[in-house]
Amino acid sequence: MAPSTPALSRPLLPGSRAPSFQLAATPDTSVSLADCAGSPVVLVFYPADFSPVCSDELALFNELLPEMQRLGARVFGVSVDSVWSHLAFAKERKLRFPLLADFHPKGEMSRCYQAWRESEGVSERALYVLTGDGVIAWSHMSPPSVNPGADGVLDALEHLSAQAASREVRP
Amino acid sequence: MSRLRTPPGPDERFQGPRDAPVILVEYGDYQCPYCGQAYWEVKQLQQRMGPRMGFVFRDFPLTQAHPQALQAAEAAHAADAQGHFWRMHDLLFENQDRLERSGLLALAEALTLDLDRFRADLDSHRFEERVRRDFMDGVRSGVNGTPTFFANGHRHDGPFDARTLLEALTGGLGASR
Repeated sequence: MAPSTPALSRPLLPGSRAPSFQLAATPDTSVSLADCAGSPVVLVFYPADFSPVCSDELALFNELLPEMQRLGARVFGVSVDSVWSHLAFAKERKLRFPLLADFHPKGEMSRCYQAWRESEGVSERALYVLTGDGVIAWSHMSPPSVNPGADGVLDALEHLSAQAASREVRP
Repeated sequence: MSRLRTPPGPDERFQGPRDAPVILVEYGDYQCPYCGQAYWEVKQLQQRMGPRMGFVFRDFPLTQAHPQALQAAEAAHAADAQGHFWRMHDLLFENQDRLERSGLLALAEALTLDLDRFRADLDSHRFEERVRRDFMDGVRSGVNGTPTFFANGHRHDGPFDARTLLEALTGGLGASR
């Protein structure tokens, strides 16, 4: 890692409102935060399609997709690559969750989530778990070369799921 | 730093003395080429450390990326049921291009396993649940890809050549400790 690597930005903190977004997921469909109302959302920001660590990280989330869906979550990858790059990447890696193109204006969503690395013009390696009401439940920022794993996301989703269950029990 | 949440248990695939002063746990995938490289590094390390190191192998098949990884992990369990886990483990990593069903059967034959029983164990997927349990345990311990090593319970980030792993295990004191 180059010694000039800038410090990591801090992610938005739990309890704050999740910035709204609407990004292309394929050439003719888009996804917005409002579309996900009622379901927890996992956002996996990553620097670039096809780069080695991202692929490992996304392979892990891909493998764990059924587990996250069991907890009611919708999962999205986010990078500044175009939908065409995302399509090729998702096809090659057999990814089963949508990749959102934070492509134009470049990095707009990443900036809103404080997951923007200005020096390289890419997204940071950030993870967010949002509640079904659009509030940030958990966030984490990793150095670009460190694969954060998925244990934090699963812990957060399980916590939300337990909270929802206890709300249902109480009148 | 991530820590191993489940310490090695009695039914674990374990090499070396249980009370060895250092313990290396690997989460691996038989179809992963990096795990194939790591296999030789672990062998070197075991030679060097001898009875001072215990080694545990746990399954972490990334089945979406490696469609034969789960079946290979099940084959290793099926061999384990016949008392030959480590020999099958070695053969799987030494023959990563033969992990399709016929290749697995050939490996079982080379080990002179009871082939009917081996085939039945693969067909019934009786070990799949065990493989998935390793996988989820690994995820909760912060396993983020393959191979992931835990040196004395601490996740080892960085290169996995024998020398680096040795440093992680012995705290930089080398094999002389």
